[in-house]
Amino acid sequence: MSSNNKSNSQNEKVLLKGNEAFAEAAIRGGLRFYFGYPITPQSEIPEFMSRELPKRGGVFLQAESELGAINMAYGAGAAGGAVFISSSSPGIALMQEGMSFLCSAEVPLVALNVSRGGPGIGGIQPGQADYFQTTRGGGNGDYKIPVFAPASIQEAIDLIYEAAELADKWRNPIMIFADGIMGQMMEPVSLPEQRPFIEAGDIRKAKPWAATGYGEDASKRSIVKSLRMQPDELEAHVEKLFEKYARAEKELVRVETRDLDDADIVLVAFGTVARIAREAIDILAERGIKAGLIRPISLWPFPYATFDEIGARTKAVISAELSMGQMLEDVKIGVGKRLPVRLIHRTGGMIPTSLELADSAEKIYIESGGTGFNNILINNTGLQPGRRSGDKEVL
Amino acid sequence: MRRITVITGHYGSGKTEFAINLALREARANAQNREYSGLAVCDLDLVNPYFRSRERRELLEAAGVSVFGSAYAEEITAEIPALGAAVRAPLENKSYRVIIDAGGNDSGALVLKQFRKYFTEAETDVIAVVNFKRYETLTVERAAEQIEAIERAAGLRAGYLVNNTHLLRETTAETVLRGHALASELARSLGKILLYDCFPAPVVSPDELREIQAILFPLALHMRPAWLDR
Repeated sequence: MSSNNKSNSQNEKVLLKGNEAFAEAAIRGGLRFYFGYPITPQSEIPEFMSRELPKRGGVFLQAESELGAINMAYGAGAAGGAVFISSSSPGIALMQEGMSFLCSAEVPLVALNVSRGGPGIGGIQPGQADYFQTTRGGGNGDYKIPVFAPASIQEAIDLIYEAAELADKWRNPIMIFADGIMGQMMEPVSLPEQRPFIEAGDIRKAKPWAATGYGEDASKRSIVKSLRMQPDELEAHVEKLFEKYARAEKELVRVETRDLDDADIVLVAFGTVARIAREAIDILAERGIKAGLIRPISLWPFPYATFDEIGARTKAVISAELSMGQMLEDVKIGVGKRLPVRLIHRTGGMIPTSLELADSAEKIYIESGGTGFNNILINNTGLQPGRRSGDKEVL
Repeated sequence: MRRITVITGHYGSGKTEFAINLALREARANAQNREYSGLAVCDLDLVNPYFRSRERRELLEAAGVSVFGSAYAEEITAEIPALGAAVRAPLENKSYRVIIDAGGNDSGALVLKQFRKYFTEAETDVIAVVNFKRYETLTVERAAEQIEAIERAAGLRAGYLVNNTHLLRETTAETVLRGHALASELARSLGKILLYDCFPAPVVSPDELREIQAILFPLALHMRPAWLDR
């Protein structure tokens, strides 16, 4: 990319489509190996990687399926390679067996889900209904994967770049959960510096656990595996993994909040929905309702403790999602029995407008005993949800 | 301009936003002079699953512009690489003004080849839209490579450039002015005419762009949902 620098310095903003930005951030983060199989809405990523990685000293390999891709990632990661994979919902579903193996074998990986509507092959428009799959573990056995959900392209770049380090530090896959809108939209962004790729000769030193063969000392061969036939040995291994996950639950929580101490109502939303929620919050303010926001950035570990910051004024907490209510369960755990927890949702690839979101939130607020200063006016106009966000004259 | 305008460009150069703005402008002009019996936008973007101009069908139709898209035009997200036969109607009908919104890059421009017979020199202007803030067209050399690849794939030569250098709502006059300088250099090196300098009307004032002698083209941002810029 040196020719680009003639007219744009390193930190000058450029306009990138989400998928291109995710791929570029992975390369700059030092993730040298990419294995994948095309699927909408993230096919720009393998396209970008097939063009860029070989030029820049990396490896791009198109697998025969997502099952192939995740197992190539397992192999390359076990040998100490820094690996990035990406797919979309049904493709990520196919990879779940491999995710379980990687977690058990403690192999680092940065994985990206540019999620779409489901279940099944579903559709190609954005969705968040992989929340359970990604936070509860879609594969077998006891394991956890830290999951980060960006709400802007810049945040996605920063999270992918950081995830490359976190995966090595925690010796675990790190998942980035970005919905289709995040993959397809464009934003001005700054790109980080290129982190050097680890050379093959340096892996033994940098990653002593990696399977690099006998080398000079035959007694020091590392074995990377998930098979443990002795139940006591397997139990001890899983207990050790969960000590690591307990540390992750303390260290990896990320959350953005807004006006929790004196909110009439609190919206909880991640990714694209959090973007829409910000506009909905402004609409609610025009109606005399102060809405707070909890935006989980880490979906696992979930920011449960943040819910204790909600003040006495709040009437209800609303989980807003592009699913039938999956994060809702974590929101209920976070709120406990203190307050009613309600759901606003669209699914199948549909996205709520900010006005729809505001209308539904206002209705929930009134049902929960709240009174905005112009509730009566709004009720008398008989307005229904579903108006377009440009219809400011009705507010 | 001639009867048919073919709009090409790199992925995300702003082809669709320019196509919609141009169609709305031409519709206003045609309402005055009645040069054509009708106006049409043909969305030939088969490679991009989101943010296509079919989604702005209502806006265009309200302005009297017919929209022709893929065979599954009503299902804006159907990912079928097929175009209906109807897309040829405005190309065949010489009383129609037609704006062709091609897909991005050479892969998106390839679809133009099957319509080659309509794109005669007498009737057609081919435009290449360029944004020097897009990552893959940050320099004159890279932009030239993209345009040449598109021309090869489409079997068409672009006579005109449109400078659409922008950073969405972070665009400043300086962004547009530097884009203009690079686009002028690109036009010289490729032997093309710089037709317009676009600027996002909500964030840049034409008063800040007085030093540009070419024709300024204010763009309303029809394709960008408001919540994306909160």
